[in-house]
Amino acid sequence: MKNSRFLADYGMVFVLLLLCAYFSVVTYKEQFPTGESAAEQVNVSIHEQAGKTPRVLVITGGQPGDAEFADKLARDLAASGAQVLGVAKGEPKDARDLLVKIAATGGKVDAIATTQTASEWVLFSDLSEDFPSLGAPRVITPRSYRWPNFLKSENLLNIANQIAIIAIIAIGMTMVIVTGGIDLSVGSLIALSSVLATRFIRDYAGGLEASTGGMILACLAAVLLCGIVGAFSGAMVTRFDIPPFIVTLAMMLVGSGGAYILAKGVSIYQIPDSFIWLGRGADLLHLPNAVVLMLVLYALAHVLMSRMKLGRYLYAVGGNREAARLSGVPVRRVMMFAYVASAILAGVGGVIMASQLKSGSATYGNMYELYVIAAAVVGGTSLSGGEGKIFGTLIGAFTIAVIQNGMNLTNVESYTQKVVLGFVILGAVLLDKIRRKETNFTRHE
Amino acid sequence: MSETAPLLEMRGIVKSFPGVQALRGVDLGLHTGEVLALLGENGAGKSTLIKVLGGAHRADEGTIQIDGRETPFHSPQDSRRAGVAVIYQEFNLVPGLTAVENIFLGQEVTRAGFIAQKQERQRAAEIFKRLGVEMDLDAPCRLLTTAQQQLVEIAKALAFDARIIVMDEPSAALTSHEVGRLFEIIRDLKRQGIGIIYISHRLEEVFTIADRVTVLRDGRNVGERPIAQITRDQMIEMMVGRELKDEFPARQSSIGAVRLEVSGLKRGRAVRDVTFTVRRGEILALTGLVGAGRTETVRLIFGADPREAGEVRLDGKLLALRSPRDAISAGIGLLTEDRKLQGLVLGHSVRENFGLPNLTWLSRGGFVDIRREREEFGRYVEQLKIKVPGQEQRAGNLSGGNQQKVVLAKWLARNCDVLIFDEPTRGIDVGAKYEIYLLMNELAAAGKAIIMISSELPEVLGMADRILVMHDGRVTGEIADARCATQEEVMQLAVA
Repeated sequence: MKNSRFLADYGMVFVLLLLCAYFSVVTYKEQFPTGESAAEQVNVSIHEQAGKTPRVLVITGGQPGDAEFADKLARDLAASGAQVLGVAKGEPKDARDLLVKIAATGGKVDAIATTQTASEWVLFSDLSEDFPSLGAPRVITPRSYRWPNFLKSENLLNIANQIAIIAIIAIGMTMVIVTGGIDLSVGSLIALSSVLATRFIRDYAGGLEASTGGMILACLAAVLLCGIVGAFSGAMVTRFDIPPFIVTLAMMLVGSGGAYILAKGVSIYQIPDSFIWLGRGADLLHLPNAVVLMLVLYALAHVLMSRMKLGRYLYAVGGNREAARLSGVPVRRVMMFAYVASAILAGVGGVIMASQLKSGSATYGNMYELYVIAAAVVGGTSLSGGEGKIFGTLIGAFTIAVIQNGMNLTNVESYTQKVVLGFVILGAVLLDKIRRKETNFTRHE
Repeated sequence: MSETAPLLEMRGIVKSFPGVQALRGVDLGLHTGEVLALLGENGAGKSTLIKVLGGAHRADEGTIQIDGRETPFHSPQDSRRAGVAVIYQEFNLVPGLTAVENIFLGQEVTRAGFIAQKQERQRAAEIFKRLGVEMDLDAPCRLLTTAQQQLVEIAKALAFDARIIVMDEPSAALTSHEVGRLFEIIRDLKRQGIGIIYISHRLEEVFTIADRVTVLRDGRNVGERPIAQITRDQMIEMMVGRELKDEFPARQSSIGAVRLEVSGLKRGRAVRDVTFTVRRGEILALTGLVGAGRTETVRLIFGADPREAGEVRLDGKLLALRSPRDAISAGIGLLTEDRKLQGLVLGHSVRENFGLPNLTWLSRGGFVDIRREREEFGRYVEQLKIKVPGQEQRAGNLSGGNQQKVVLAKWLARNCDVLIFDEPTRGIDVGAKYEIYLLMNELAAAGKAIIMISSELPEVLGMADRILVMHDGRVTGEIADARCATQEEVMQLAVA
């Protein structure tokens, strides 16, 4: 009983794992490491193959990780007793210049440490003919290994970073949908929030010279204003009984139009470089800050939904509004909370997007509401209200992100991606329905 | 009985749901022009059986024969094709459509793809004439009374020439006058050769209308007799599997000071100037015909609807009631008439349903103390003998009686000073009824003031200390000593 309930709640985990496994298999490729860990490994091989105090050249290309590889290796070699004759980073020409220089001094070289890509330069195949005076240096590269591109840590972090905005907004969407509503305005609120935050920084916090405190205030103000929009939607829904679909559809237009008016049709980029901290920085354990924020928000939302009175009320209102009201649940306040939370989180998403792109624009967040709703629904939230789990939504968001990322890695073009994504969302929900039918009790009296 | 094949013969019907074996091989036969009463406690399998017959559930095993020919019953369409019409307790009417549109829903009379409205109207009018009733054919069904909606359901069945009509608790929402008319219609249908399966908890009705009785218990047949060869006590014995002594538990009432004081309540045409009091330890019955304004009155006391005028005092203190939340925190609880729509969140667990009005004291700093909630609910499960596989069971999966007990538990735990029971035993079996009566007595003995709305006069007379009768939004009479009252006396006031 408990097991089947767990399956019904988190069954999408298996779909997600299956997708991960699939993309791991199809992106299983030979990997050529660079960077600091590769340097450590090459340092060891040099000492094994060329003696205790070898004379070494370090040659690398100019790709990401190459410079770290070269610098770290040079340091390590020096520390372990090797003699580093020279370091060349960049073009094959730089490497040839270095070789010419060393050859001119007449010194012998025991080993040349290089990366896999650089070792394929023509330079190395002609080494003994062009530079006989160097002796016969061994060319040592980091050992290659086989590993899925999909499962590389940069890629996984990339997935998390890509989906962070959608996932964060999906928290609020889940709350709204659980109460039996819907919020179509979140995409527009992303744009509105990005424009508001960047305009506040440009106009009031000092533009390019804005202080950290000023930027924080500007962002908080933007998020707060989005919250007010949410409160307005909530009031329309609870006080006047207008269907949430209509209210938030209207606010979607209002928000989008408002963002264009405020941005005067251009993107706002007069903001300090440090503004990208939230969107592109990675301070804690190399995790992107946006991802850390996402995880914190999910943890809080999970506690709220599963442990707190308010969470219980959100479910009750969506499950049976009248029964909840007659049980003393403050229905209007509870629904109000959901719409405000959704709008505030959309505002936060807008700030993150402005930070990632280092600008604010009314075009941001276009169609995001659909991805956000998809994340919640794929995660098992019922559009009829009363059902849905916060972590289910996280799984849903990641399912969408993994599919997009996997298709990028396997070079599926973007139009095809849309078609596939559409069917996958449908399939995921269908699967969920079928499984629920099997595991749940059918109603009978 | 007759030598020809029976109209309907169900054999060895088995149906199980995950964790529950609802039917364990049930047989049922029905002849033309016969009224068969299907009896059993809640959870005995009656509803499941008729859902199989209606094509809503597919039987795991067993056969169904119509006129001796085996017929598939895999969908509601199959059922309709076989000439079976099931009138469920919750009617299957589209509230926004008119009577005519509902009657022909799914069996529209068309000409060249267009609905032949004139013909439909004419046929509907004919059917209602045949039923001998007046009906507003153009009003949307949500504006019709319960009795009228039921007639639309019957008309719907006649419109496709149903030969078997199943009625699940048809009298539950009707006044005695309306029940009388329903019986006339049933007798008329009988004469036309239609077989009727009649499900009811009201045994008096069974004796009035049925030709034969089939009793189910725990998904099995326990007996079948012609009505002339069975007594009321035997029926009850068969249903509950034990002897039942008294229907209403004896009670020594000790009535104290005035607890709840209601004066000048007003809301539209439904409630026009209602004034009364309830004392500590008193059970006050509020009775009258359906539509007399009883439910509307208690909803005003509970703050569920805004009132136009009137005051509510509890222990002498004037209450500011703007919402049920205010009423609950003042100490008033309402067990609604409609458990499914207003009492429970069916998709949620019974524990969560129990917790809903109690989270104010079951939580600290906004966090729900789930362990305490479990303990508290566990106590009530034991005390009220609620039959649930576990606390995480969905409320929608329980039988009516157990659902009502969950509703009871949630209000008992709230420890209200005033408890309002709106039709507390509707659709509940005899055994569970008795337990609920006992509980009401205990609550009264504990000094609580109790208001009970009931349309069943024996219940009103058996349980109440005092009776208020309402008619057309007003209190039309009071019987100070319910023990000495008669059903006739109450009816006189109700129709006045």
